[in-house]
Amino acid sequence: MANGLTATDTNDVQLARYEAEHGRVRLAGSLTTIGAGRLRAALHEAFRVGPVREVDLSLVERLEGGAAAVLADAWCEVDADPRPRFVGGAAHVRDVLGLYVGPDACAVRPIPKRRGFFDEVGAATIEMIRNVRALLAFIGEASLAILAAVRRPWTVAWGQVSRQMERHGADGLAIVGTIGLLIGLITAFQAAIQLRKFGADTLVATLVGLSLTRELAPLMTAIVVAGRSGAAIAAELGTMKVSEEVDALTTMGLCPYRYLVFPRLLALLLVLPLLTAFADIVGLLGGALVAISTLEVSLNGYILATQEALALPDVLGGLLKSVAFGGIIALVACERGLATEGGAEGVGHATTGAVVKTLFYLVVADAVFAVLFDLWGI
Amino acid sequence: MIKVRDLTIGHDGVPIMEHLDFEVDRGDVFLILGGSGSGKSTLLRHLIGLQQPMRGSIELAGLGDPARAHGQRPSFGVMFQSGALFGSMTLAQNVALPLQTWTDLDAATIASVVGGTLRLVGLEGAGQRLPAELSGGMKKRAGIARALALSTDLLFLDEPSAGLDPISAAELDELLLTLNRSLGLTLVIVTHELESIYRIGSRCVLLDKRARGILARGEPRRLRDTSADPYVRAFFNRRPLEARA
Repeated sequence: MANGLTATDTNDVQLARYEAEHGRVRLAGSLTTIGAGRLRAALHEAFRVGPVREVDLSLVERLEGGAAAVLADAWCEVDADPRPRFVGGAAHVRDVLGLYVGPDACAVRPIPKRRGFFDEVGAATIEMIRNVRALLAFIGEASLAILAAVRRPWTVAWGQVSRQMERHGADGLAIVGTIGLLIGLITAFQAAIQLRKFGADTLVATLVGLSLTRELAPLMTAIVVAGRSGAAIAAELGTMKVSEEVDALTTMGLCPYRYLVFPRLLALLLVLPLLTAFADIVGLLGGALVAISTLEVSLNGYILATQEALALPDVLGGLLKSVAFGGIIALVACERGLATEGGAEGVGHATTGAVVKTLFYLVVADAVFAVLFDLWGI
Repeated sequence: MIKVRDLTIGHDGVPIMEHLDFEVDRGDVFLILGGSGSGKSTLLRHLIGLQQPMRGSIELAGLGDPARAHGQRPSFGVMFQSGALFGSMTLAQNVALPLQTWTDLDAATIASVVGGTLRLVGLEGAGQRLPAELSGGMKKRAGIARALALSTDLLFLDEPSAGLDPISAAELDELLLTLNRSLGLTLVIVTHELESIYRIGSRCVLLDKRARGILARGEPRRLRDTSADPYVRAFFNRRPLEARA
């Protein structure tokens, strides 16, 4: 006499049912991986109805691995000692089941610990402290490499420096120029619309010149270089780290900081102001284009207005900032790259981390410079 | 050549091997054996100074602590598992790098040494190829060539025959034996390839992660034939391990 009928598969065949008089759960039909969800539900219901002494497999036509795993799990969860024994079943069914219901089948499985809000905050804080410590240690090592390079310049891989300058400077001219031109055009256009309302058209050159040289060109150039070169450096060094090339350098007596970090740092310190100066010029050109075409201003007039508006400290201040930005991009990218662990995923994390952290530090540094320039009267 | 005394190694303050004691003699082909995850490569990283021991000491002849080698002309060579060649450099540039860094040789002499070293490892004519253009076996040979460029007499190798086809693996084993016999090179090799173990190994230590130490030491064939330990027998006879007490 059967009772406690449970779930059925799509063909209306009962997967599991409980037979109270024998304390038996009888399984039937084709138990497939694709139908493992239904089997799991059926087993849980069948095992819940009453005490189970045995699981009868004699009506099982087929048992796939996924279904066997679900069956083994449900069997382990039965709160009985001894656990129900398996009876009946074709040899091929018993063979598959044997793979999943072995001596260790019901060993205690670690339950992933769920972290609460405070655990998450604590872990994030510890991670942040670790990152800051790693960055400080990295800056220390990089400083030693710079000192060593200054004391013994012939030991520096100058060929590497020029290659890095070409990669991160000359090869980036097109994108930096395009962005600079667009920024100049947009700034001038917006300024023209607003200033025309007050009859202050002539101030367009002043606004474009000052905003470009002091803020927009250094920051936008740094953001472009962070995305282009910072990511490339982090990915390159990260790949070298996971493929043991950095270890190989170390065991050959070559300091990775001097051999890998210093050329990239020096290259970015040198090319960032050059790229920024280029963005300044192209941006001013963009501003001039808008002014000439929409404000009836001559090119000479625009140039004269720009000369009057800009003082040398404005330009130099922007270039000074760009040197610092170059250092930030290189140091963060190299630090993230050399801190890479794991395989391809680690390289991806390092690259993303390098860009995100660099952008954050760039904005913070820009704010610091704004305060400093105000204090210095620039 | 190498003296390891009461060495404890680990990661992030967690020991994985404790109280390791062994010596490697000059001219040995010394094998560090063990199953996957037993700590072989970690021990190698300590021997070449890339990681610092938690306790105990490692002494390399003429150098002392291997970590002191960093930043100085290396007194040993290392072949990493993948070869660890610098991807942006040709094979010849990879091999030339330690010579350019640590010698005053002119370019022509360096080219000559590089050519000879590449011939020694069977890579003549491949000097202008980039690592990406090489097979796995060629990368490992190139890694050996770079490690040999400064004519050191101690070479560490991390799983040299892993991932190679049987013929390439056998050829690499022969190369290592030739280097050992003809150049008197001391080889310290991390491996778990049984064919290589019996072909080239003169002495070995077998690490076991459950024992967190050295389970057996001696000549590999002898251990295979005489050891009473079930794990040692299973390892050297390539058999599944029966449940251990």
